[in-house]
Amino acid sequence: MNKQVVYSIQSPYRQPMDVIGFKFGKGEKALCVVGAMRGNEVQQMYVCSQLVSRLKELERDGCICEGKEIMIIPCVNYYSMNIGKRFWTMDNTDINRMFPGYELGETTQRIADGLFKELQGYTYGVQLASFYQQGDFLPHVKLMKTGFTSNELMKDFGLPYAFVRTPRPYDTTTLNYNWQVWGTNAFSLYTNATDNPDENSAKTAVDAIIRFMVKRGILKTRVGSGYLTEVISEDRLYQIQSASAGICRSFVKTGDEVKCGDLLCELTDPLEGCVIAKIFSPVNGIVFFRFNRPLEYEKSVLYKIIRL
Amino acid sequence: MTTVIASAGLAVNERIEIRRNRITGKSAETPSGKRVCIVTGTHGDELEGQYVCAELARILSENLQQLNGIVDIYPAINPLGIDSITRGIPLFDLDMNRIFPGTAEGTMAECLAADIISDISGADICIDIHSSNIYLKEIPQIRINEISADELVPYAKMLNCDFIWIHSAATVLESTLAYSLNVTGTKTLVVEMGVGMRITKEYCRQLTAGIFNLLKNLGMWTGDVEKVREPIVSGEGTVEFVNSDADGIFVPCVEHWVDIEKGEHIGDVINPITGETVERVTAPCRGKIFTLREFPIVYGGSLIARILGGEGNE
Ligand SMILES: [Zn+2]
Repeated sequence: MNKQVVYSIQSPYRQPMDVIGFKFGKGEKALCVVGAMRGNEVQQMYVCSQLVSRLKELERDGCICEGKEIMIIPCVNYYSMNIGKRFWTMDNTDINRMFPGYELGETTQRIADGLFKELQGYTYGVQLASFYQQGDFLPHVKLMKTGFTSNELMKDFGLPYAFVRTPRPYDTTTLNYNWQVWGTNAFSLYTNATDNPDENSAKTAVDAIIRFMVKRGILKTRVGSGYLTEVISEDRLYQIQSASAGICRSFVKTGDEVKCGDLLCELTDPLEGCVIAKIFSPVNGIVFFRFNRPLEYEKSVLYKIIRL
Repeated sequence: MTTVIASAGLAVNERIEIRRNRITGKSAETPSGKRVCIVTGTHGDELEGQYVCAELARILSENLQQLNGIVDIYPAINPLGIDSITRGIPLFDLDMNRIFPGTAEGTMAECLAADIISDISGADICIDIHSSNIYLKEIPQIRINEISADELVPYAKMLNCDFIWIHSAATVLESTLAYSLNVTGTKTLVVEMGVGMRITKEYCRQLTAGIFNLLKNLGMWTGDVEKVREPIVSGEGTVEFVNSDADGIFVPCVEHWVDIEKGEHIGDVINPITGETVERVTAPCRGKIFTLREFPIVYGGSLIARILGGEGNE
């Protein structure tokens, strides 16, 4: 293992922020994993740290294929993480909206640029990503449809679901999108946690990345075969929004199979306690996403269901 | 008359309300049938537009007989942001100017965005007033995407601003209010002026005078108007960015909107502990400083100034 500073930035009041990368193996740039770019992505950093720990053992046991190099960057934005902020400390910008970056630009554009230079040239790229929307969801892998990366590759992670997303204008400045534009097969991997590490789903993610590396000829080791991945276009997700605001009591959790007409949740009046709405599933399917905050407002996305 | 044009329920006993003040003229002339919209408060930390809206509403309602047509004022399209000094929409961590045109099937923010667009659509002109952010101070200027420059520049010149900046198109900007309205045929001009969290009275009065001049040119205002200034119109290539390379505190030594020579001293980045100057910031070209850093702390990359200069500007 080779631990190195891939990018560094100075602050007038703090120690420099050194973005650390861990390299394993030697040879062609085979795969790179990027963890936390936002300060609340503790799970994303945790998954990477577990991966670093596993790769140390695998490297010691000679399991990295000849001529392959792997890089893991567990945490880009620890300045924000250390002070409990989600976006960049001073100007609140999101590093994952700054790619491909600009060397002469604003601070987060420079960070994106410095990082992106190190990320280029890898055959495969995996970003441990988090959602804007708060909630629980099933672990999955996602691909931004640019025409570069093949959908089929996502199956090698062996996760139950893989999604294809048609990029919207604001997606064009994300790492995933730009990685593909610069010739890396890029994937975003989502576990079911962000702010609080979740041991089980972290293990699922580490296993998925190890499995992918085995299938792509980067690692030689034994790994469970995983699921037969179903590749789904994002528009097959049926979104259920609440008609009114209140406190939500859910009767289903992610992964549950629901039938059309099943009771999903009750909304209660936050001051009077009475049930103001009952929400039933309009379709047969699997609960993929569930809102997890106690208070919800009108039109909150409460569930996303994969239609069967 | 103030109307709620979009609304949604918050968790506890409250609704978010987007309000519009519609001022209908009582001119004796043949009705112009025209409508102008003034929108601001997309970014909760930009407040210059608040005073412009208030001044417009005050003067118009005192002089209804001189108004021919409708002026719709939307002072706060991100009301929760303004109320809590939050640039984006609180709860969502979203920049409201990245969700347009919105959709009625979407989340709360997207539904509100769609309602705002549908309410403004069809106006003769819409003016979207921004005031930079807390870091930078801007001279009153109109920003126009190059794809709609031909249509918009004549109107921009009526607004009494100092500068019209025609910038290049970027995919990420396709989710702004102005872009969404312009592509669907409602001419929308973006004003940037002043600095975040403050009201700069002189700029607000300057723009207010410009808006009355626009109304006059549209045949909607029969009252007197001030003579407006002739703005400098500039494309992307003539704007130079000055970013700091060092970190520390930035102390300017020039005034905003002054002429500057190539190599002239703009200010210094100083180490606050040792007092030494870590970077002497100079002008990369001759021209006029239209953006100047207001917030003193800088990192490598922080924008210090933008200079209108380069080729073609004397
Ligand atoms: Zn703004």
